[in-house]
Amino acid sequence: MTDEAVILTQALAKTYRNAEAVRALNLSVGRNRITAFLGRNGAGKSTTIKMLLGMLRPTSGSGTVIGWEITNAKENCELRRRVAYVAEDKPLYGYMTVEQTIRFASSFYPDWRKDMEKKLLKDYELPPERKVKTLSKGMRTKLALLLAFARRPNLLILDEPSEGLDPVGIEHLLQTLVAQSAEGVSIFFSSHQIDEVERIADQVCILEKGCLLVDASLDNLRQFYRRIDLVFPSAPSEREFRIAGVERIQAVSNRLSVFASKNAEAVIERAHDLNAVSVEVAPVGLRDIFLETVKER
Amino acid sequence: MFFKLTPTTGQPLYLQLMQQIRHAVETGALRDGEQLPGIRTLAEELVVSPNTVAKAYSELEHEGLLEMRHGSGAFVCVKRRTRSLADQVQIARRRLRDIIERLREDGLLDEEIRRAFEAELLYPAEMVRKR
Repeated sequence: MTDEAVILTQALAKTYRNAEAVRALNLSVGRNRITAFLGRNGAGKSTTIKMLLGMLRPTSGSGTVIGWEITNAKENCELRRRVAYVAEDKPLYGYMTVEQTIRFASSFYPDWRKDMEKKLLKDYELPPERKVKTLSKGMRTKLALLLAFARRPNLLILDEPSEGLDPVGIEHLLQTLVAQSAEGVSIFFSSHQIDEVERIADQVCILEKGCLLVDASLDNLRQFYRRIDLVFPSAPSEREFRIAGVERIQAVSNRLSVFASKNAEAVIERAHDLNAVSVEVAPVGLRDIFLETVKER
Repeated sequence: MFFKLTPTTGQPLYLQLMQQIRHAVETGALRDGEQLPGIRTLAEELVVSPNTVAKAYSELEHEGLLEMRHGSGAFVCVKRRTRSLADQVQIARRRLRDIIERLREDGLLDEEIRRAFEAELLYPAEMVRKR
């Protein structure tokens, strides 16, 4: 595992008329890692991904994807050769059959993996003779994923890959992502499925209103994020708990609920100093971390 | 070998895997010289990032519990230290059983005992200054 970044942006921003979709984004996605990109609808995830691929021109800032400048047309061409992208809407030619689509796509890539193609065609139960326009949403998604996985890319960028898949399809998808990662493919994917992210991701980035609010490894999130519920003899001063790592404090009469991204020990120590009668510490799952992060600030 | 990782608990997955492998060795479920699945195979089986398995294996290699052989995977390597550790764990479990029995006699519910254990493991009392 290296710390080298496959995606690196500096103050990347996109403004539509007067709406700031992405603001001063400094993103760093590690090589050989599975990085999840979370955020509410409209947080700027797809805009970011499109800028990375050169499909949208940034208003300001710069970035590289596997070392190539995203705003340089020539370099962008190089990066697209090495990056497989599955778009949110999975655009495919409706008049082609599954088989024709695969033949067509494979002709662009000398490194095409016939073995992977065959395996996924079977795993995903795709009907080779069917016209793409007659496929269900889930089937289209599977076909788009097959085309990306069989390309032998250096980096996979997936915009909500599990959308429209049933639980079996999602399980196949996650297994394929893990297998691709084991072969050295770096993965960057956006998702609304917290539980799938929690299972396979190494790193999590949370975007809210165009700003990157969380960029942390899941190991760190699990180890340091805590909710500390405190009960005091009389209503305590919230201010006592405004220390580094405390992200949010909720107070109801003599009870405090502290949400900390680190330093839980310091919060507990402070609570004992203030004669807390009850101190309960619980780990916080990614779902709660996400919800706390995107709450109105 | 069956490992079960829980993504929602407050413990990194690689640590969970390390503990389960250690436990399997201590109880004799995994024996000296036995081969563990390759990183990719185990990652696909557990549906976790290969980095999780790789990190657990490499930490256990540091501890001397696993031996990584290039190209052929990870092998359990039970030294004398580990065997005596197995005995120690047996003794520790007997002592724990006594403590738990006494706490129950004091009227604590199992759920309360569990929480007390978890709190003590996560945040040992020495770290927290009490008045």
